[in-house]
Amino acid sequence: MKRKLVIIGAGMASGRVLEHILAQDPDGWDVTLFNAEPRGNYNRIMLSPVLSGEKTYAEIVTHDDDFYAQQNITCRFGEAVVRIDRDAKVVHSNKGSAPYDKLLIATGSAPFIIPVQGKDLPGVITYRDMDDTQAMIDASGNPSGKAVVIGGGLLGLEAAAGLALRGMEVTVIHLMGHLMERQLDPAAGYLLQKDLEARGIRVLCKGATKAILGKDRVEAVLLEDGTTYPADLVCMAVGIRPETRIATDAALEVARGVVVNDQMVTSDPDILAVGECVEHDSQLFGLVAPLYDQAKVVAATLLGQDAAFRPVQTATKLKVTGVDLFSAGDFADGEGREDIVFRDPARGVYKRLVIENDRLIGAVMYGDTGDGSWFFGLIKDGTDIAAMRDTLIFGPAYQGGASADPLAAVAALPLDAEICGCNGVCKGTILKAIDGGAATLGDIRATTKASASCGTCTGLVEQVLASALGDAFEKPAAQPICGCTDLTHEDVRRLIKARELKSMPAVMQELGWKTSCGCHVCRPALNFYLLADWPLDYTDDAQSRFVNERNHANIQKDGTYSVVPRMWGGMTNPRELRAIADAADKYNVPAVKVTGGQRVDLLGVKKEHLPHIWADLNAAGLVSGHAYSKGLRTVKTCVGTDFCRFGTRDSTGLGIKLEQRLWGSWTPHKVKLAVSGCPRNCAEATCKDVGIICVDSGYDIGVGGAAGMDLKEVERLAKVATEQEAIDLTVAFIQLYREHAKYLDRPYKWLAKVGLDWVKAQVVEDPENRAALIARFDLSQSVYQRDPWAERATSQAQAEFAALADLTREAAE
Amino acid sequence: MSWLDIGALEEIPQRGARVVKTVHGCVAVFRTGDDQVFAIDDRCPHKGGPLSEGIVHGHAVTCPLHNWVFSLETGLAQGADDGAVNTYPARVEGGRILLDAARLIRGAAA
Ligand code: SRM
Ligand SMILES: Cc1cc2nc3c(=O)[nH]c(=O)nc-3n(C[C@H](O)[C@H](O)[C@H](O)COP(=O)(O)OP(=O)(O)OC[C@H]3O[C@@H](n4cnc5c(N)ncnc54)[C@H](O)[C@@H]3O)c2cc1C
Ligand code: SF4
Ligand code: FES
Repeated sequence: MKRKLVIIGAGMASGRVLEHILAQDPDGWDVTLFNAEPRGNYNRIMLSPVLSGEKTYAEIVTHDDDFYAQQNITCRFGEAVVRIDRDAKVVHSNKGSAPYDKLLIATGSAPFIIPVQGKDLPGVITYRDMDDTQAMIDASGNPSGKAVVIGGGLLGLEAAAGLALRGMEVTVIHLMGHLMERQLDPAAGYLLQKDLEARGIRVLCKGATKAILGKDRVEAVLLEDGTTYPADLVCMAVGIRPETRIATDAALEVARGVVVNDQMVTSDPDILAVGECVEHDSQLFGLVAPLYDQAKVVAATLLGQDAAFRPVQTATKLKVTGVDLFSAGDFADGEGREDIVFRDPARGVYKRLVIENDRLIGAVMYGDTGDGSWFFGLIKDGTDIAAMRDTLIFGPAYQGGASADPLAAVAALPLDAEICGCNGVCKGTILKAIDGGAATLGDIRATTKASASCGTCTGLVEQVLASALGDAFEKPAAQPICGCTDLTHEDVRRLIKARELKSMPAVMQELGWKTSCGCHVCRPALNFYLLADWPLDYTDDAQSRFVNERNHANIQKDGTYSVVPRMWGGMTNPRELRAIADAADKYNVPAVKVTGGQRVDLLGVKKEHLPHIWADLNAAGLVSGHAYSKGLRTVKTCVGTDFCRFGTRDSTGLGIKLEQRLWGSWTPHKVKLAVSGCPRNCAEATCKDVGIICVDSGYDIGVGGAAGMDLKEVERLAKVATEQEAIDLTVAFIQLYREHAKYLDRPYKWLAKVGLDWVKAQVVEDPENRAALIARFDLSQSVYQRDPWAERATSQAQAEFAALADLTREAAE
Repeated sequence: MSWLDIGALEEIPQRGARVVKTVHGCVAVFRTGDDQVFAIDDRCPHKGGPLSEGIVHGHAVTCPLHNWVFSLETGLAQGADDGAVNTYPARVEGGRILLDAARLIRGAAA
């Protein structure tokens, strides 16, 4: 007698189950197939080609009406099962019921909907089935339509690419730092973003959706940072969760998914489950390959054969025509794991292999994925790769190939890439000079002027020579930033500007970084270069900063912190002093000290008290003194004309003006200023980064002084007549330093490299350039001149600065 | 092992750390760039630096005081420096960070 098999869900997994059963035992079962969707089994993963117009729905149907009729399958499509009665062995739908001997739950997943205001507005859809796909196709009929896709994972990006192909203006909003972060590392994520942007898709990472706006239907998406993006269609593709509702209601064992054993049987021996709705050995499944393996096991179990499900590794590809990416296995960094990284900036290729114990355990590739399946095979088989290690990354066809070229980054530069910023010389001009016979750095300087001014591009000019002349040019050894790159600080700075690299993954990819995410030496430097060069585009990365700049206080040897409020030009008043005294009392500050920088230091504050003490100091009008930053520290002043019998000018007033203009700016190293009212120089201006001495006839501006590890007297930048000129020259000088110096060079060290004459030419002798420098400084200040203490005197920061958990009071059972 | 939920993964920034107070001192809980978590003593064996404040790169952290580098997986100092910190079992499940309560409440020596 035929047994009754009821299947809930006509999806990709249950379709496979049917094929296996019917092939082996065509007459054993009386099958009833329920599906919530008003249609039968189709190839869900091909919805993306349908969306993009590369395929039609008819082409992706896997089982049509003829098939169901031939096989005598009772189809109950458009009928959602609402309840399973395990005692009576009957399932109930919204329209009727059906008895079973064996039941198969194959309900797949439900898209996750972020619980924001407006999520239910018409025009907000998810991406799961043919109806969603049709809704997107319909929306794209509007010629000037705008779509916002929330979620930059596989599904979101396929939706975005499809909508863009249909002519919509598409913005992708992604919560994480890079696209497809589950499958890709930041380097590959960067290349993917670049490719999508080249197709006109706008990509916004680190974007948190706050609400979906609209009256009768969707009109825009609002982000946490207050920006809005107009939208006629919003596609939410932020993830899926197993569809387990009916299983839970039936009191089957359900964790994140319906729990099954190796035979795909649930906690009820007559109920099996398959597909994305199951959880096996604490694991969920979201790609079809393992589901097909499950389907085989389900069929075997129903047919009374032995079989056990064993998940295998899966590999990921993105189905966007023209985008070439591949990821498989475990590509996290780790102890005992080694990376092999290959980057070809010219072709936009990135490959990374992760090796552990002479076995390949993970691979991420972008741009050239031809060898993907070969690598995937090595991962699955656990092949010992020790013998082919050196050439592994070149793939199967290239055993014994060439090694990565250290000059690749420069060789990849286009001809119009600017090499020398001072003289506006691009790579093509230098190559022409080389063709014309120039063979040394001196020749190039003489013929093109490249690197003949400030000299910071010397390394690059040499690399162009080396790449053009090969062995005929002997390149002097330069000190690279760190082990992650062969390039020097100066080279990297120039290339960030010349190639408009605006993010850390962009720098690492285009300049051929040898590690996947840098180290504690290069990351803080890159973070500074990027924020200094692209204040509007780059987002400061707190995790690439040293502790002091991350916590906005100086760490002490015992792990506590010191707190130094700003005292503009060294001036204070009883109210501020009282607030400082009160704070010292309230937070049991062990030491209060007057610093060498004309202000007061509260030493020994506990980290969790920082946001609180800042809030108290803020309330009295005191802001951060940045005593911890590579940025403006202090502007020391003397009492000047206000009180001193020798004072020639208002040195205190000028000092305060300078401090108010410059505070909050980030610089390659710390910057200290002083203004003295007469040549007696009580503010010690002659040993500061910028020191101004007031005299009867005006202001003497000195730069490049030092009184730390080296002792150096300032050199005179200029003598000017008015206070305004003194301020202008100071601001322009500091901006020039911000734009050109190597990270952790104080101004005197940088000056020794570029020469005072070049600086004078830029700042003093060229008023237009001076004005441009000042404008760029002010632009940067419009972003960065903020009191970090005020920003962190919030209850959220207070929680972040405190311990995550306190287990000291947990009982030891 | 008895796993203790100490907070949500989002409460630690990527390539960052937070501390958990225990009767034996602070334990630093790290979240790496690839969203794994690791727990180690928050005390550098060199001069007691708070490792939770270091720069995280790969599965390693650089001590904020004098730049010793420690593996988050083994607790061993890397390169030329010699030393080690205790490590504690930690994992992420459903977006929550779990630590092995037994070791943290009873102590590392047990
Ligand atoms: C608090 C203060 C000492 C004091 O009690 O007076 C101080 C304290 C520190 N100085 Fe300083 N310097 C202080 C004024 C100075 C001065 C004098 C001045 O500013 O007029 C100098 C010499 C002038 C100069 O900078 O050229 C000075 C030259 C240094 C140097 C050497 C810099 C150099 O380029 O040679 C360092 C090391 C560094 O920055 O790399 C340093 C580094 C430090 C650090 C931040 C060491 C560190 O990295 O932890 C100290 C932090 C102590 C703490 O735990 O809070 N400190 N330091 C002074 C704070 C001034 C302020 O109000 O912001
Ligand atoms: C756009 C898109 C692209 C994809 N691309 C890929 C890819 O390239 N590679 C890859 O490996 N995977 C891809 N996937 C994932 C793949 O489609 C799924 O892993 C697979 O479809 C899951 O199969 P399933 O049978 O478990 O569930 P589904 O195929 O989702 O089928 C479940 C069915 O059950 C029905 N159902 C749910 N509850 C009930 C109920 N109570 N009563 C009756 N019926 C119910 C649903 O309506 C649905 O039709 C993609 C998915 C989407 C949406
Ligand atoms: S002189 Fe040395 S010991 Fe004194 S505060 Fe400056 S860095 Fe510290
Ligand atoms: S205390 Fe950690 S390196 Fe010195």
